[in-house]
Amino acid sequence: MATATTMLPASGSNGLQRFGLWARANLFNSVGNSIITVLFGALALWVAWSIFKWGVIDAVFVAPNMRACQTAGTGACWAFVGEKWRFILFGRYPYEEQWRTAIVLVLLFGMTGASFVPKLWRRETAYAWVAVLIISGVLMWGGVLGLVPVESDLWSGLPLTMILSLLSMIFGFILAVFLALGRRSNLPVVKLICTAFIEIMRGVPLITILFMASLMLPLFLPPGFSVSKVLRALIAITMFLAAYQAEDIRAGLMALPKGQFEAADALGLSYWRKTKSIVLPQAITIVIPPLVGNLIGNFKNTSLVSIISLLDLMNTTQVALVDPNWRGLTSEAYLFLGAIYFVACFAMSRYSQWLEVLLNKGKRR
Amino acid sequence: MSEAAKAPKLGAPIIEMRDVNKWYGEFHVLKNVNLQVRKGERVVVCGPSGSGKSTAIRCINRLEEHQKGQIIVDGIELTANLKNIELIRREVGMVFQQFNLFPHLTVLENLTLAPIWVRKVPKKEAEETAMYYLNRVRIPEQANKYPGQLSGGQQQRVAIARSLCMKPNIMLFDEPTSALDPEMVKEVLDTMVSLANEGMTMLCVTHEMGFARQVADRVIFMDGGQIVEMNTPEAFFANPQHERTKLFLSQILH
Repeated sequence: MATATTMLPASGSNGLQRFGLWARANLFNSVGNSIITVLFGALALWVAWSIFKWGVIDAVFVAPNMRACQTAGTGACWAFVGEKWRFILFGRYPYEEQWRTAIVLVLLFGMTGASFVPKLWRRETAYAWVAVLIISGVLMWGGVLGLVPVESDLWSGLPLTMILSLLSMIFGFILAVFLALGRRSNLPVVKLICTAFIEIMRGVPLITILFMASLMLPLFLPPGFSVSKVLRALIAITMFLAAYQAEDIRAGLMALPKGQFEAADALGLSYWRKTKSIVLPQAITIVIPPLVGNLIGNFKNTSLVSIISLLDLMNTTQVALVDPNWRGLTSEAYLFLGAIYFVACFAMSRYSQWLEVLLNKGKRR
Repeated sequence: MSEAAKAPKLGAPIIEMRDVNKWYGEFHVLKNVNLQVRKGERVVVCGPSGSGKSTAIRCINRLEEHQKGQIIVDGIELTANLKNIELIRREVGMVFQQFNLFPHLTVLENLTLAPIWVRKVPKKEAEETAMYYLNRVRIPEQANKYPGQLSGGQQQRVAIARSLCMKPNIMLFDEPTSALDPEMVKEVLDTMVSLANEGMTMLCVTHEMGFARQVADRVIFMDGGQIVEMNTPEAFFANPQHERTKLFLSQILH
């Protein structure tokens, strides 16, 4: 079979002809293989057809409630998504003010997209990020410029998920760089603190850290001084992500040939200059795949904040399902939720593969 | 040419190693090494592998730490004092066996990084200096390429240029031709010879005995962490004093 794949005829001028030859060489090259091909082909078609029938042919797209849905058809009840999408995306944020969170979403997605473009990796983009984060903060909180103030406890849905993911990503990565450098430091105290932090964070489930942050943190703060639930969750997620990314970066530091450090030393570069110009750019490039892996994990991990009753995307979906008019439409709800997470994670994953190729072009021996 | 180059117009001592000792755990790598190099002098260090010759020159810019004895470079003693270490590294260039260029930076960026950040030279001036030295090592056309796109010999010449851009008083070479394909050794040696002819103080660990004959003022033979023999190249090659030196020379000069 493996050798058969190399038998692709170069002469096959049109695609269909070429596919026919390929199929004959790989799928129908013996009686046994032909039988297996037919059987599994039929199974795959049947599964695909069932999904298509449930999701499209028998599905109901418009209905006032679940009962109407069930009488109108036997398939999926997408009317639920049509009715609830706005609640799932924006949650309990005051209905008339939801345009503000919509703008925040557009800004955050736009900046994220722009940051994916290598030509825009400039100082100006960093400033734009700061501006976007300030504008987002103003829009979310309100209370200035005639905007109605909105408690951060009401922030919900996709904007909350985006805010938690992006901010934990930015601050977590910065913290991770220092933790990784600190763990390799010659200064015993710095090394001990960084190692202890990393090992504790990695040794405890995120849920535990979230509970600790939301329940215990207020006990240690002076009276009258309160930290909002969103911020507490953000701190917990950031620290958790930082510990994992610190280990990725440390792996990159260890993978860097010793000669690079020596050459930088021999030229008289200071520790911080060496780290910034020589060590980190190379070390981080080496570990892009695990770093992005952790970012994807982190994006999905933010769904755990529903446990400390923050209304992130996961929690708004669950709340939408509690509505007596639409009870029991779990499949539709979670498919919709899954689709949102999948699109975001898949985009990150593809981007990281593309980035690896780009950064390695012409620079490796 | 070589006679003129060897005319002893040597200055004051610029490197002094006094009873230098170093251990790797239990292993005694350097045993009472005493060495004086004067300004403008060219010294070649040879010896079998594991003899401590690389370690000895790596102590001079503190890539390795010595545990006993004194090392004084350009009037500054090497101690744990970071300020002193940085001062010395500015004045001492080093070329490595594995080139150690920065693969993520272009050739030009490799050359300008240290002058800009350590010597605080303006970027434009640093680039002009870099182009001057790239011309000297005869590869100005490679300025905007990445090291990975160059041959080994070209990379080593870039590495030499990178050190020269810092305008060092002393150049250390740690087996600069050992990792090169044979046909590229000459281009690197030619660069080193022309540097020697300009009066640069050079300390080279190398097995290129032709280079030693041509430019060295002194040849040092090390074995077992000690300096066994030290002489002018003529005397060193014609009339080695020690058995170990004779054995070593018979093995590398066929």
